[in-house]
Amino acid sequence: MKKLVIEFTINQQKRRLFVKPNDLLINIIRNDLFLTGSKYSCGIGECGACTVLLDGEPVLSCLTLAATVDGKEITTIEGLAKGNELHPMQISFLKNAAVQCGFCTPSMILTATALLKENPNPTEDEIRDYIRGNICRCTGYVQIVKAIKSCAIEQNS
Amino acid sequence: MQSNTKILAQEFEYFAPKTLDEALSLLDNYKDKNTKILAGGTDLLVKMKTTDLKIDYLINIKNIPELNFIDTAFGLKIGAAVPLSHIERVEKVKERYPALYEGIKSMAAIAVRNMGTIVGNICNASPAADTVPSLIAYGAEVKLLSKRGERAVLVEDFITGVGKTVIEKDELISRISLPEMKKNSGSAFSKKGRVKADIAKINLAVCLEREGNLCKDCRIVLGSVAEKAIRAKKAESLIKGQTVSISLIEKIAKKASEEIKPIDDIRSSLTYRTEIARVMVEELVRIAWERSGGELKP
Repeated sequence: MKKLVIEFTINQQKRRLFVKPNDLLINIIRNDLFLTGSKYSCGIGECGACTVLLDGEPVLSCLTLAATVDGKEITTIEGLAKGNELHPMQISFLKNAAVQCGFCTPSMILTATALLKENPNPTEDEIRDYIRGNICRCTGYVQIVKAIKSCAIEQNS
Repeated sequence: MQSNTKILAQEFEYFAPKTLDEALSLLDNYKDKNTKILAGGTDLLVKMKTTDLKIDYLINIKNIPELNFIDTAFGLKIGAAVPLSHIERVEKVKERYPALYEGIKSMAAIAVRNMGTIVGNICNASPAADTVPSLIAYGAEVKLLSKRGERAVLVEDFITGVGKTVIEKDELISRISLPEMKKNSGSAFSKKGRVKADIAKINLAVCLEREGNLCKDCRIVLGSVAEKAIRAKKAESLIKGQTVSISLIEKIAKKASEEIKPIDDIRSSLTYRTEIARVMVEELVRIAWERSGGELKP
């Protein structure tokens, strides 16, 4: 299989990679770029654990061919913090104990940041609706929703 | 059949044309091979991972500017590369095509809607597709292009069965277009699943046109109850030209539930689907009627 050259930006860094047409974005991110925050879980678009931001919008990296991100901009959980300063959403998740095992957390936080960009003041229903594709199997959603809500309140004040 | 969904095992050649013409040439060149168009990939990649679908050539159409537009000037025209989430954000869709808006909103979750396209939803031809009932109710049509020329087909005629459409191997859909909605029209969509993001046990769209107290035209389209989304034509004919009342709506809801031929499967049973269809038609015709500005008498 012929390899393709792709160029893209990931967490503000330009990258040029050789990929096979059937390489999935999740595997390139984890195995080639060693950014292991994005998780592989179901592989069929049910769980949301592999969510990354593509040009600012949440997408599933397990259902994205690496070849298709040529020329695009990707943000993973590793790209949210500025140096040692965590992103407000990360701080809010910590403050509100919205993390237990942590497997869903990167995707949950990325999706939540996309929500606040789209809707800076979401209701609880809107939060629950927006994160419905990101499945958490340990904390339950109460603390997660609380974390997103309080991050929104803080951002607006 | 591949059971490891972590990788995509099968090998294929990949193209990302930048123009429509280039895409049509590729389709024409490889029409005798296993060639597929890739848009969002939310259905296609799952199928490539979990079924024995074999692909030799994959053509990504997402980078073609000619397919990336939403035109609201007259009616609604949507290019084949537009993600579902961009459609739901258009004000006119929310206001004039509420059934389509509700159908899109009910699909999976935001990440999937950021990837998947409305044309992909049609081409995948699942009987449970959530945009299809409203598209049929609105009388939407798709434009098919190939090196040989172009043609327009109603969504109602485009899908012929489970995963089956009338598209030829060298064709691609460039856009879908919906007619302009009249002032006195009303429409609504509803779906039953266990949780919101589920594939529908049953889904339904109603679009009607009001003239005073009369229902001038009405379409009732049900999904997940047959090999493809179907219109309850006998129920439609019972309401057309009639004064709309609660008792009439009850009557047509019963008729619609008798017209469908649902099956028992993992998601639901025949009995449940038949009964819930009656309840949903009743509720949805009422909502569509009220949205059209109509009053309801017993």
